[in-house]
Amino acid sequence: MRITLLIPSVLALSAGTAMAEMVAPADVQFADGALETPLTSDAGDPARGKVIMTTRSKGNCVACHEISALSEAPFHGNVGPMLDGVGEYRTEAELRGIVANAKMTFEGSVMPAFYKTTGFERPGDGYSGKAAQGELPPILTAQEIEDVVAFLKTLKDG
Amino acid sequence: MKIKVLTAVSAALIGSAGLALADPDEDQLVINGDLEIVTEAAAPDHLSDVMDTIYSGWRFRSDETQELEMDDFDNPGMIFVDQAMDSWASAEGSEGKSCASCHGDDPSESMAGVRAVYPKWNADAGEVRTLAMQINDCRENQMGADAYKYDSAPMAAMEALIAVQSRGMPVNVAIGGPAAETWEQGKALYYTRTGQLELSCANCHEDNYGNNIRSDHLSQGQINGFPTYRLKNAKLNTVHGRFKGCVRDTRAETYSPGSPEFVALELYVASRGNGLSVEGPSVRN
Ligand code: HEC
Ligand code: HEC
Repeated sequence: MRITLLIPSVLALSAGTAMAEMVAPADVQFADGALETPLTSDAGDPARGKVIMTTRSKGNCVACHEISALSEAPFHGNVGPMLDGVGEYRTEAELRGIVANAKMTFEGSVMPAFYKTTGFERPGDGYSGKAAQGELPPILTAQEIEDVVAFLKTLKDG
Repeated sequence: MKIKVLTAVSAALIGSAGLALADPDEDQLVINGDLEIVTEAAAPDHLSDVMDTIYSGWRFRSDETQELEMDDFDNPGMIFVDQAMDSWASAEGSEGKSCASCHGDDPSESMAGVRAVYPKWNADAGEVRTLAMQINDCRENQMGADAYKYDSAPMAAMEALIAVQSRGMPVNVAIGGPAAETWEQGKALYYTRTGQLELSCANCHEDNYGNNIRSDHLSQGQINGFPTYRLKNAKLNTVHGRFKGCVRDTRAETYSPGSPEFVALELYVASRGNGLSVEGPSVRN
């Protein structure tokens, strides 16, 4: 349901409709891995970002990162670095770039690109194991990326 | 302020607990008090530029899970070995034959060492065959019986019966000669980043074994222990069933069990375990 709603909005965007001010995944311009301009006109909400980061079907960031502020969610992984204090030593633009497509900052990173819709090998339909039908929506929407970035900015003096 | 200090302390504690988990443990696997299993070995030559040591997945499991494999009375996989022993002796198909008709009543004689060298090149067929393919070839062409579904319960059970006859013997899969092309194909698949998450087998099982993805302690993804009884689904799991699950978890379209891609991948992954003991049926979570 969510997914079907999402696809038209992405299409509408790339067609240039000026409803909500959003940058479509294909139009994102990285500068040294960073993204200066927010992906949506609506400000990110750190509370929503927190939920996205611990939700399996969304960011599931804790699968790979330990984050003290999210300690109520069980079992943080350690494939990626611990993120305490990341809001201190990374700029907002860097964080946005990393969450949208970490490979633009860290070449060959195992961290998935959360705002990317093309260029996949054997893309699947979610976790069904079946082939994707048509172009995939990004794992996170523009607004969800902004929400996550807003939460990451609160991770100071770790 | 106080709260912040506390959080930092607990974070440090969690961090060190994570570190303690980071590597394979030091436990030794001895089954039934006398069958010593090699769970750690020097990496085969073809892996020398990526790792020094190979480990069985057993070394990454909790003590509770490990213990279930140390005694055949505790290993739920052994029930299926018994079931397959019945199938071994039952005539099926148009020829009125059973496995025993050709291979004798005692598989511990005819099947010793078989698991250790599969997948293997079959010169007559001109292809690399997995154990499952060979079992089905016998069923169809010797017995005139229906093939088992590739990753079905009866297939997993028959594989367990055959694997157990090689327990403790070193995996020794041939990768050269006529098998080389299939092996190369499998290797390419191992390093291909699939799905929307863009992860390859190597990303998880070569770059990150010992680390945790959420609550999962990543092993090297070795297949010396297959078929595997998993506590999670309470059944015997085949190699291709596991591959399928791992590929699905990258948000990819999987290959099918028994497909040429998975056969090639199995040959390659098996060869990464050359030197570990055959361990099946093993127990994992
Ligand atoms: C499959 C593993 C994985 C997942 C899932 C993942 N990351 Fe990462 N992340 C990494 C790795 C590994 C790095 C380190 C960069 C590198 O070496 O590739 C990293 C780096 C980062 C960094 C930079 C840290 C620094 O020190 O500069 C940030 C910020 C980050 N991740 C945020 C996130 C967020 C937010 C999510 C979820 C929306 C997420 N990650 C999901 C693996 C992951
Ligand atoms: C996103 C991470 C990830 C990727 C990618 C991945 N796996 Fe896994 N795999 C796991 C996890 C988690 C487990 C369960 C814990 C363990 O044994 O590592 C597992 C288990 C296994 C096992 C069982 C090991 C045992 O001892 O029973 C095998 C075999 C395996 N993987 C092979 C593969 C192959 C081959 C590929 C590529 C086609 C692959 N995996 C890709 C995460 C992954």
